[in-house]
This record gives sequence, structure tokens and C-alpha cells, in this order.
Amino acid sequence: MQYFLTILLSGLLAGVMYAMVAIGFVLIYKASGVFNFAQGSMVLFAALTFVTLTEHGVPFWAAFLATVAVMIAGAVIIERLVLRPLADRSPLTLFMATLGLSFVIEGLAQLLMGTDVHQLDLGIDDLPLDIAGLQLSQFDLFASAVAIGLVVVLSVVFDRTRIGIALRAVADDVLAAQSIGIRLPVIWRIVWSVSGVVALIAGLLWGARQGVQFSLTMIVLKAMPVLIIGGFSSIAGAIVGGLLVGATESLADIYIGPLVNGAVSNWFAYILAVGFLLIRPSGLFGDRTIERV
Amino acid sequence: MMTTAAPILAVDNVHVIYGQSILALRGITLRVNEGSIVALLGANGAGKTTTLKAISSLVRAERGRVAQGEIRFRGDIITHADAAGLVRRGIVQVLEGRRCFAHLTVEQNIVAGGYAHRPSRRVLADDLDRVYTWFPRLKQRRRTAAGLNSGGEQQMIAIGRALMTRPKLMLLDEPSMGLAPMLVEEIFEIIRNLNRREGVSFLLAEQNTGFALRYADHAYVVENGQVSAHGTAADLAARTDMASLYLGAIATD
Ligand SMILES: Nc1ncnc2c1ncn2[C@@H]1O[C@H](COP(=O)(O)OP(=O)(O)OP(=O)(O)O)[C@@H](O)[C@H]1O
Ligand SMILES: [Mg+2]
Repeated sequence: MQYFLTILLSGLLAGVMYAMVAIGFVLIYKASGVFNFAQGSMVLFAALTFVTLTEHGVPFWAAFLATVAVMIAGAVIIERLVLRPLADRSPLTLFMATLGLSFVIEGLAQLLMGTDVHQLDLGIDDLPLDIAGLQLSQFDLFASAVAIGLVVVLSVVFDRTRIGIALRAVADDVLAAQSIGIRLPVIWRIVWSVSGVVALIAGLLWGARQGVQFSLTMIVLKAMPVLIIGGFSSIAGAIVGGLLVGATESLADIYIGPLVNGAVSNWFAYILAVGFLLIRPSGLFGDRTIERV
Repeated sequence: MMTTAAPILAVDNVHVIYGQSILALRGITLRVNEGSIVALLGANGAGKTTTLKAISSLVRAERGRVAQGEIRFRGDIITHADAAGLVRRGIVQVLEGRRCFAHLTVEQNIVAGGYAHRPSRRVLADDLDRVYTWFPRLKQRRRTAAGLNSGGEQQMIAIGRALMTRPKLMLLDEPSMGLAPMLVEEIFEIIRNLNRREGVSFLLAEQNTGFALRYADHAYVVENGQVSAHGTAADLAARTDMASLYLGAIATD
């Protein structure tokens, strides 16, 4: 039982990391209906910018703020060069555009910062911690705390600030939002910026875990089942989906893995996602319309 | 039929094309005098909504454009102005079907209407209070999700949200749609009072000819993207015996 709980908890903590990547997707999807395939590249680009700066002797917080500035500049450029010209094209066109964008961002990262694998040390050891007889990774706990902090900040912003309410207004009804003078380009710049910052945080946590390298972009593929399970338009869904994927993945690895002689965690999440597609295509928290009939 | 008061809105020979080829308006011409209520009547698909959207520039959000003609607001040409800029200048459209932000609370919906002017917190709070004075019922429901309110309440939310932009001219698209006659009456009374006490001019598209003509000063009948008749509301109301000639299906209402 103790063993089971340990596995479950470490799975949940790993799931937090998936959720972080998924949240970046959800933000952009909600506010602009764009499925942003470049989210993974943004994670890589942000983390790479950050380590490159620190390796050149820039202190932690200065590097962090500089990277935030870079991500915001990136959002402004993307809005101007990609989103605005394609404003009322089909979702498929926009998806293809973000696919192209992901190659551009990765190419740029490679060009500017090379392809080496960088070690990233956030100063938190990945040591197991014994809490009430459960073996938990100190780093995972730290990552969870960061994720919880991020979610709290985002929900306060969305519920209390003008910008947050305007973003949700656009997510609910684009034309109605325009009818009261909300400017879509401004909204897009803001969500892409926020997504860029979320990507930076996710990139730092992932990068500290497995090194900052090009394979970071692959977490976009891990975020996919999370989004299918949680629903594309809900931050709560991204979190629950992430936790569910993390937990079932690590449990399956231990309890099903030996039966099939292999690492189950590589594909288990996708099987789970397909199951959800069959049973609940809109995901756990998918777009349920609020309506009075 | 022309009066001497200065028009707040002048639409001249406006043609609107959606996409590459759908010609929805074929030369609409109309006037809204400062401080008046003007009704835009016509059957389904006649072009009422498109006319309003051409004025507010929201046609462009639907891949439409004004291909020909001119629109003036208080003398300034606004034919190709951007929608957000027009809201700041005092033109606001309340969309057909109310279109509240369903997941936001009633209060968040209304407050969102105030953002365009970047007001201070105090101004925003004062404006919100003013809207609640017009719609006391919304104050009681302020914390509920807008989508859970009744059709009448949602229409009030939509109008209240638009009032937050401090409009000079309000474009109302079918405010009576789907509402019981008593509620329609209530909404139109509020429109009349807003017009008299706050000096807001109205251009309202309606299929409910009876109500519209009771409250409007002037009316235009749109058919096939053109104005087929216009005059004072009283004149047009007197001609309802020949309504079938120009109002199409509405005559059977
Ligand atoms: N977004 C659009 N794209 C293409 N065609 C459109 C669009 N909106 C309206 N139309 C066409 O333009 C014409 C005028 O439509 P409009 O919505 O302005 O009519 P309406 O008088 O408001 O009708 P209703 O009473 O049904 O609301 C119709 O033929 C309609 O099919
Ligand atoms: Mg219409």
C-alpha cells in the first residue's frame, strides 16, 4: 500500500509538469481558437534562452526577466506576422501556420544558440524525501508548488483584472467582444505573451530534470493526450488531465509493465486518450455550453 | 420627408459584399437625426443586420466589406473606420441574439463594456451604478453566470453592456427577438427613456413592425438590400394595410 501510494504520488507530481505545458495550449486555444503546435518549440526556445544567458554569467532573476521580455517580443512579432494576416482563416490553416512556426522557432533556436545539451541547475536537488513513509522527489514537490502558484495567479488574473475578463469575453464570443470595442490583436499579443511565460516556467522545470535540449519540443506530444482528456478549453481540465496522465502512466509502468515486458509509459497516455475520445470526445471539462433552455 | 435637424448618422448608397461575391446590400441610404429613434424594418435576409454591421464596421469581422457608398457620423466619414475606434467615438451595436458572455457573471459582462475608454475604477463603478439604475433586476442577478439568465434579462445585459461604452448612437438588432410581448414592451420603454433622458440616438432593426413603429420616430423598410419605403413612423403605420407590399412575411404577424 505504501509502495502504491508512493508510485501514485510521484505520478501525480510528474503529471503537474504535463499540466504546465497543457495550460499554455489552453490559453491560446481559448482566446483565439488556435491549436498552437509551436507550444513545444516555445518551451525549448525559452529554456534555451535562459540557460544561454546564465551560462554567460547573467544572474538568475536577470536572465529570467530578460527571457520573459524575449517571449513577449516573440508574441508581438507572431501576432503581427502570422496571426493578423491569417485572422479569419480556417482553424486548419492556423494550425498549419503554427506547425510552420514551430520549425521557424526551432531553427532560430539552433541558429542562435546551437544544439548542445545544457545542464540547468535551479538549485533544487532531485533527492527523494521521506514524508510520512512516502518517498517523494524534492524537485517534484518544488515543481508542484510552482505550478500551483502559477494556476492561482492565472485564476486571479482571469477573474479580477480587466485584461483577464476581456480575455474570457473574447473566449466566449469574439464578435460580441469586438462590438464593445475590445481589440483582438491586443488580446492575442497578451495571451501569446502569457503562454510564452508559462512555456518558460515549464521549460525551466523540464530542463532542470532532463537537460535543456531539442527533445524538449517533444513534450508537445505528451501534452496532446492531456488536452484530449481534459478538454482543450479548460485550465482546470489541463490540470486534471495532466494529473490523470501522470498518475495512470506511472501506475501502469509498475503494474502492467512487467506483464508486457516493456516501458508502458511511452504509450499508455495515448491509449487513455483514445478511450476518452470514444467515451467523452469533448474531454472532462470540454466546452459545455452554459445555457438556459 | 427630410427634417432640418442635423443627422448624427448618414448612410449613402452603401453596398456591402460578403466574401468575394455575395452582394448583401445594394445601395442603402438612410438618416438618423440627432436624438431620434429610427426603425429598420424588413423580412428575413433583407439586409437589416448587414446595414447595422456596415455602420459599426463589424461586417469586417465576417469577411464583409463596404464596396461602395459612404457612411458619416456627425459629419465625419467613418466608412472604413475600425470597429474599436468607432466604439470609442460613440457608436455601439447590440448584436442580434444578445450574445452575452455566457461564462462571465452578469456584472463582468456589463463592466467589460466599459473597458474601451480605459476609465478609472471610480468612473467604471459610477457607470456600472448608472446601468443598474436602468436595470435594477440585473443588480440582483449580478453574480450569476450571464448564460443562466432569461432571454429578457440577457437582452438587458446586452443593452447595459453597450451603455457602458457611453454611446451617442446605439444600433440595436432585433431587441424583441424571442421575448414575450410584456418584456418587449419593457425593453422598448427603456429604449425610449434612454433616448429621452440620456439623449442616445437609436437605429433599431426589427421584425416586430407593430412595436417598432409605436416607438420609432422614423422608419425605413429594407428589401433585397435596398430601401423600398421610408417615412415617419406614423405615416408608415397608417399604411399597414398595404404592408404585404413591402414587409413581406411580417404582415401576417
Ligand atoms: N456573414 C455572411 N456571409 C455571407 N452572407 C451573409 C452573411 N451575413 C448575411 N449574409 C447574407 O446577406 C443577406 C442579408 O442578411 P442580413 O443578416 O443582413 O439580413 P437581416 O435583414 O438581418 O435578416 P434577419 O431578419 O433574418 O436577421 C442575406 O442574403 C444573407 O444570407
Ligand atoms: Mg438580422
